[in-house]
Amino acid sequence: MRDERRLAKDEGRKTNDERRRTKDERRLCHIAIPVLALTLALTLTLALSSGCAAPIATAALANVDTGVAADAWAKIPAGEFVLGQHADKGMVEKPYEIMVTDVTNAQYAGYLNAALAKGTAKIAGNQVVGYYPGDLFHGHKHEKEIKAGDWLHVPLNDPSLRLAFDGKTFGVKPGYENHPMTLVTWFGARAYCEFYGWRLPSEAEWEKAARGTDDRPFPWGHEIALNNANFYASRDPFERLTGKQGDTTPVGFYNGKVYDGYQTADSRSPYGLYDMAGNVWQWTADLQTGIHDRWLRGGSKDNYGYNLRIWEHNSARPDYASPSVGFRCVR
Amino acid sequence: MPRWPLCGICNDVILWIRFLCRSGIPMNAISQRFNYLFRSTKGLILVAIALISLVTAIWGMLSGPLKEWGISDVAVQLYGMRLVEAEREGRIIMLYHTIAMAVVAIETYLITALTPMKKEQQATINATITVGYIVSMIFGLAFAYFGHNFVFHGLFIFGQSLVFFAGVMLAVALWPWRPEFRTQDAEYARTKGGIPLERAAFFAMAVATLGSAIFGAVAGSLYGSGFETFLAEDIIRIPFKTPLQLAVIGHLHIMLALIAVALTLILGRWFDFRGKLHQWAMPLMIVGTLIITAGVWAVVPFEAIAHIIINVGSFPVLVASWLLVYFGWRKIIQERLAAQGRTRASLGQKLSALLHDPLKFGMLWQLIYMNFVVTAVGIFMAIRLDKAIRIWPLREEQIALTGHWHILAGIIATIILLLYADMTGLKGKARQWFGWIVIIASDIAFAAVSLFETKRLFVSEASQGLLVDSVMLIADAGLAITLVVLAVLMVWRLADLLRRDGRWRKETTE
Repeated sequence: MRDERRLAKDEGRKTNDERRRTKDERRLCHIAIPVLALTLALTLTLALSSGCAAPIATAALANVDTGVAADAWAKIPAGEFVLGQHADKGMVEKPYEIMVTDVTNAQYAGYLNAALAKGTAKIAGNQVVGYYPGDLFHGHKHEKEIKAGDWLHVPLNDPSLRLAFDGKTFGVKPGYENHPMTLVTWFGARAYCEFYGWRLPSEAEWEKAARGTDDRPFPWGHEIALNNANFYASRDPFERLTGKQGDTTPVGFYNGKVYDGYQTADSRSPYGLYDMAGNVWQWTADLQTGIHDRWLRGGSKDNYGYNLRIWEHNSARPDYASPSVGFRCVR
Repeated sequence: MPRWPLCGICNDVILWIRFLCRSGIPMNAISQRFNYLFRSTKGLILVAIALISLVTAIWGMLSGPLKEWGISDVAVQLYGMRLVEAEREGRIIMLYHTIAMAVVAIETYLITALTPMKKEQQATINATITVGYIVSMIFGLAFAYFGHNFVFHGLFIFGQSLVFFAGVMLAVALWPWRPEFRTQDAEYARTKGGIPLERAAFFAMAVATLGSAIFGAVAGSLYGSGFETFLAEDIIRIPFKTPLQLAVIGHLHIMLALIAVALTLILGRWFDFRGKLHQWAMPLMIVGTLIITAGVWAVVPFEAIAHIIINVGSFPVLVASWLLVYFGWRKIIQERLAAQGRTRASLGQKLSALLHDPLKFGMLWQLIYMNFVVTAVGIFMAIRLDKAIRIWPLREEQIALTGHWHILAGIIATIILLLYADMTGLKGKARQWFGWIVIIASDIAFAAVSLFETKRLFVSEASQGLLVDSVMLIADAGLAITLVVLAVLMVWRLADLLRRDGRWRKETTE
């Protein structure tokens, strides 16, 4: 009798347990659904608001004068410097000069007109091409053979090209004159520098020019703020026009000036160079042994802030052209 | 003088303990809950998931959309983190090692609970790995993000060593040649002498994991010293890698692969995988695991052929996982139809029976989905490396690789979540909502990340803006929803713990 009573009590407790659990689960649903809906709404709102901030009229940004001369050069002394992420010892044997800004569209258009006239560059279909004597080929795994011959300098059929070509003469699409020249291959960048008797910087030369002699991770110092450089989701005025991927900014844009209400930080390197972090990756001269990629430095408008750290590397085949890759020369 | 950056937090903890002691909360209630959380399988898994969730919630603020929205800067200040740009790679490596240790601990709890072994072995292994991963997590993250106190670094290594030692004990406990584990049950794969092949598969996985941990530890002890480390994706295009660089690449690949192998075996146990398919699957699993491991270890001396060995080994493991999925789905359908009293069913009814339980269906579905968003993409990248991938700049290849293993890690996490929810006995609408939301939201996010990582195949750089912004938004939303569902589950479990007679009490003795 007592056992039966205990069994009945146990059963009753079990039913109560089950009832309570069902209630718990229902309560869980009641909490979960509104929380989920709220999260989704919040995520979308934040994402959309960060990506589509108040639009600025395109006209306001056309022909932005940064006041920085694109034909200026900076002197870099020979000597030791801090190299790479882990503060290794770097050395540049000879003093050199490096362009204060990336080569601009206007400069490159002028060069192309002169090179076409001189015959060092030519038009082949939808491409500007030029001669390159080739790289030594070792037959390594993943090695691309770079033979002597004509190689792509600039593709003319890419919609992101900021140059205009009427069949004879190159010009620049309005508003992009002082933006960095992009969609230029390593061959095209090298040809530009060599045309004027200059050359592309070695990696060491590039890094010393960007960093000076201390161990800073960014050309301007130790931390990156949104208004230091043009990078992914940095909310510069051009990004507000085109989405988070953004567009190039005029060379020397981050110089402490205010543009249409947008305050930039003065982001020069210790030697006075602009855009050594962000905006566009920059071709360097060094060949990546074994696979013939060329190193790219500096990070671009399409990368997160950490990709703008001075030691960050990117690389690409020398015939690669991109709206986020440019260059500058040394002499 | 060394700094003690956590002394503020330590003080808070001491104050809380004092408060609890003085507040009249009976110590018995605390000890009962402690007993549940640190002695029962479900409690241990709950603690590990809760700690991973906490780490994800705090450290997730430092990257992705929260960084874009400026929240990371606030978080860094709020937590008092000291972040040096040059140490980013070292920090990230420590962060995902701490999470990986917790995941390995969860798998260990499940293995010790699901495979026959002595009770004292189970208790010792679980206790060792719990202390190991928690010490490793607390002090690893403290060292990486709150200033470099090398005592913390030492404790981080000590914690990892305990996890390793627990692994050794697990391998010993799993030793399949022990007479008491021999079986004559024809339903399960075994040798003629009765050695259970499923146990042998667990054993092979455990031994391979231990060897692969050493494989990474040797390289890690060099690069980790002085914080001069690198992420594997940073060196992919260096054509001539040093043996230790190769070891790092091999280590991360094999550890993730073995975690996936272990989870597949655990799912097999959970579904009581048996019969003809089991007899085919287990030898495949053992052979595949050993070949993959040998292939990855061969990366150092024979890099040129290592990939071929790995691909050869991957195939039997994949086939074994497909056999498990087939078995599991068939079982779900049969059980459901039997519960409905149907002896014959149309295709639609079978499909409905398969989908009626999102938790059980989802665990196995995620294994299949992994083939689309991880395996297929990985094979494509390996086969078309020179023709399709190396024409992209390095950065794009890095994005593809990073996305690739983030998805694999994410899918493993969702399977563990679904399994845990099933273990806790979620029922009714909560089970349906939880299961389907995890499956749908995470899979949408994984698909979006797959599109993002392979975008260059479909869209030029000039016109990628809309695609990139859209898939990033979808991926972020999908992951956010999955994390919120996880958070709700954790809050619910926390609320349960505050009850005198909650679920936890029953789970303590299960």
